[in-house]
Amino acid sequence: MNHRAVIRSLGIVMLCEGAFMVPSLVVALFYREGDAPAFLITIAILLLGALLVPIKPPKNGLYARDGLAIVALGWLVMSFFGALPFVLSGSMPRFVDALFESVSGFTTTGASILTRIEGLPHGILFWRSFTHWIGGMGVLLLTLAILPMAGAGAVHILRAESPGPSPSKLVPKLAQTAKILYILYISLTLAEVVALLLAGMSFYDALIHAFGTAGTGGFSNRNASVGAYNSLAIDLIIAIFMLIFGVSFTLHYQLLRKNWKSFWRDEELRFYLTVVALSVAVITWDVLRHQLLTPGAALRQSFFQVSSIITTTGFATADFNTWPALSKTILLALMLVGASAGSTGGGIKCIRILMMLKLIRREMTRMKHPQIVQSIRIGGRQVDSEVLHSAVLFILFYLTILAAAVFLVAMDVQDLVTGFSAVLACISNIGPGLGMVGPTGNYAAFSDFSKMVLSLCMLLGRLEIMPVAVLALPSFWRRVSI
Amino acid sequence: MKIIIVGDGKVGYTLAENLAGEEHDVTIVDKNPEALRRAHDNLDVMCVKGSGVSGTTLLEAGIRETDLLLAATSSDEINMVCALTGKKLGAKRTVARIRDPEYANELVMLKSELELDMIINPEQAAALEIVKLLQFPSAINVESFARGRVRVVDLKMTNDVPIVGMPLKKIASRINSSVLIGAIERGDDVFIPDGEAIVQAGDTLYIVGNSINTFNFCKAIGKCTLRIRRVMIVGGGRIGYYLSRIILETGMKVKLIEIDRERCLELSELLPDALIIQGDGTSTDLLESENMHDMDAFIALTGRDEDNLIVSLLARQAGVQKVITKVARINSDSLIKALDLDSIISPRLITANHILQYVRGLKNAATTSIETLYKTANGQAEIIEFLVKQDRWYLNTPLKKLKMVKNTLVAAIVRKNEIIIPHGSDDLHRDDRVILFVKGLSPESLDDVFQVQEPL
Repeated sequence: MNHRAVIRSLGIVMLCEGAFMVPSLVVALFYREGDAPAFLITIAILLLGALLVPIKPPKNGLYARDGLAIVALGWLVMSFFGALPFVLSGSMPRFVDALFESVSGFTTTGASILTRIEGLPHGILFWRSFTHWIGGMGVLLLTLAILPMAGAGAVHILRAESPGPSPSKLVPKLAQTAKILYILYISLTLAEVVALLLAGMSFYDALIHAFGTAGTGGFSNRNASVGAYNSLAIDLIIAIFMLIFGVSFTLHYQLLRKNWKSFWRDEELRFYLTVVALSVAVITWDVLRHQLLTPGAALRQSFFQVSSIITTTGFATADFNTWPALSKTILLALMLVGASAGSTGGGIKCIRILMMLKLIRREMTRMKHPQIVQSIRIGGRQVDSEVLHSAVLFILFYLTILAAAVFLVAMDVQDLVTGFSAVLACISNIGPGLGMVGPTGNYAAFSDFSKMVLSLCMLLGRLEIMPVAVLALPSFWRRVSI
Repeated sequence: MKIIIVGDGKVGYTLAENLAGEEHDVTIVDKNPEALRRAHDNLDVMCVKGSGVSGTTLLEAGIRETDLLLAATSSDEINMVCALTGKKLGAKRTVARIRDPEYANELVMLKSELELDMIINPEQAAALEIVKLLQFPSAINVESFARGRVRVVDLKMTNDVPIVGMPLKKIASRINSSVLIGAIERGDDVFIPDGEAIVQAGDTLYIVGNSINTFNFCKAIGKCTLRIRRVMIVGGGRIGYYLSRIILETGMKVKLIEIDRERCLELSELLPDALIIQGDGTSTDLLESENMHDMDAFIALTGRDEDNLIVSLLARQAGVQKVITKVARINSDSLIKALDLDSIISPRLITANHILQYVRGLKNAATTSIETLYKTANGQAEIIEFLVKQDRWYLNTPLKKLKMVKNTLVAAIVRKNEIIIPHGSDDLHRDDRVILFVKGLSPESLDDVFQVQEPL
């Protein structure tokens, strides 16, 4: 492994994180709530990363292994330093809690250990939400955009950090691709901020919720999440933007290039929208059947909750813990499905589910016609058997890790629903689950051990398992890997 | 510049590697996912899977905004159709690889009918390269610039050369010949020397001058140039055919060994003046019975690099004066260097050089244009010929007063028919051709080479 290149990249990640902390420092200085020193100290520590940057790698090329190591370690380093302001400011005195919150922020999960959010310093809450925004698109992608790093092998970094079965470039140059993605990301975020301002939100709240939506994170600065505003306009704006950020950025780029056809013909997008529409319809019907809400409110609540869960954001306008079983089951299923590949959302991703369904259909046809030769197509294009293979394996691996983590967490939960949904909400990067960790609950009651397990789940989910999982292989660390 | 390369084979990959390295936006189109994966992992390019003759694929690759389409698949016909389709769909320029000798006579017609901007034929280019070497056998390599008026000759220094151990500034007084040493290759490294640099045994010197002076220089240092009359070629592929045809015309005698009987019959029909021998060119018995050691030159052109290297070593041992070896894979360059073979020819590298030269020529402004470009020393250094087309601020100023970027050297100035090996007091004029050695950078025009000096 190219150790020097990895260490150098970690230095760059630290510097980037330091730069990212500056807006929070400005907010802290503006509100004067005593949290500014925490940011100043952390930024000073992060600047030490500059010492690592002059390390010259012996050779320039990056290979798959280096890309995986840079991304996985980069995220660990980022989460570690991201937790410091929480501890230093005294908002979360215990480091395990702060780390959980920081990992939850960067992985855009939105699971919180805070029992009371309102009352914390503005700077700390700003940083908490800003980690969502950073984590949504990925810091390493940003470094690719601004630094001419490592040349061609850097594609391995893109592959390790971006979600989806086969992340690809938009344009021939990697740096250019990263720039386009960030420009799209920033413009969409700004659009949401403006829309929320027009809907009557304060500027600070609009920023917090736009960060939460853009990264599909879900941290709010209100105890009751988006429900606290009780405004139809705000609900609609956030729900629609959540759906937008759950769509692949490749498709947004197609829209930008006025390539309408390929946008609407995209099979994953159609699948995603169909799932949303069906879930909204069934949940509305189910809620009405039990006469819990008026028809208008039922539609509004189910639309918001479905968008929030499928895009793995985790904002809430209602306590779906009190909804009927069918509705809760649908929400659990949506947690597993997740957003589209190439978006900022988590979960298994629509495209993999689509591939799995098509494989199942092919197997059923094969029962009737044992000699059949049939290729799996998505959007009229044949999918390589290798991609199918890795998609199915990914789903299996995902479920295995889910089951293993449920066992580990089961030691300190009261009921199965809480344990299962907490792990699922973490690995799929959603945040709120069911039971004790529902929209009105939080993760404070878990033991330190469970919090660490859940933090690991969040990282595994955000980086799509492999980059983190290979770190556990002893042979990965050997200079000469055989 | 936006460039689409169709065909991710040896030539396509080398081109993509070089063009992406020069900050062009390169998209590769190929049907083979394995080949594409290799390109995608190792190069900063975009890959599109599909057929190069399909309009949909080309559109997906962005043919409408493309400045240059390079069709380099293994099939001439696909390349032609691809270039034609590409042009009709909006590619600004198209280049196709057409290498079958059967098309050779119709190339002009094909070029105009298919609206091609350039045709590349790696095998023919390689053959022409070999011809140059045969005409100047003591050199490892010979490049001509300014339409042949300036030559750059690569000479390997052995212990018996009198200038070994001398600093460069003393060589000029000792050998009365107006040449300049533009670069020295030592081991894996290449550098642009100053007057203090000392020549060591094992170095490769890049000598710049006109043809007479470079010839005299070679003579003076004892690398006497013999005339080549008898040539043995092993391998009757396309390069072998092109090469035989050209050197037969210059009066050399050719003995061509080819293993395939059918191909031998074909060759004997195409090359009536050559002696065609059917047999295994890697067998020592055959080579000796065909008296290899009496040959002036031996050229190994089979399809297998290993065979080429082995028979070249055999020929070297047998005392053949000039041995030329074709090597397709250039990755093992450092290993081959250690083998003590003098001239290595790589068709795809030659082709890549031609294309790079063409692309750079397209890119730069009207001020100074690249006329010839040659990558040397494993791609580390470049020799570039610029034509000064417009008045620039650095013209008419003595060179010693200009500040140049590091690792660059003005090796020769061609003014009308006069060749100037420049000294500090010489200056550049409009319409001059300037031959430049650079290491480690790829200037697009002379403006990149001269640094603007702060007014004092």
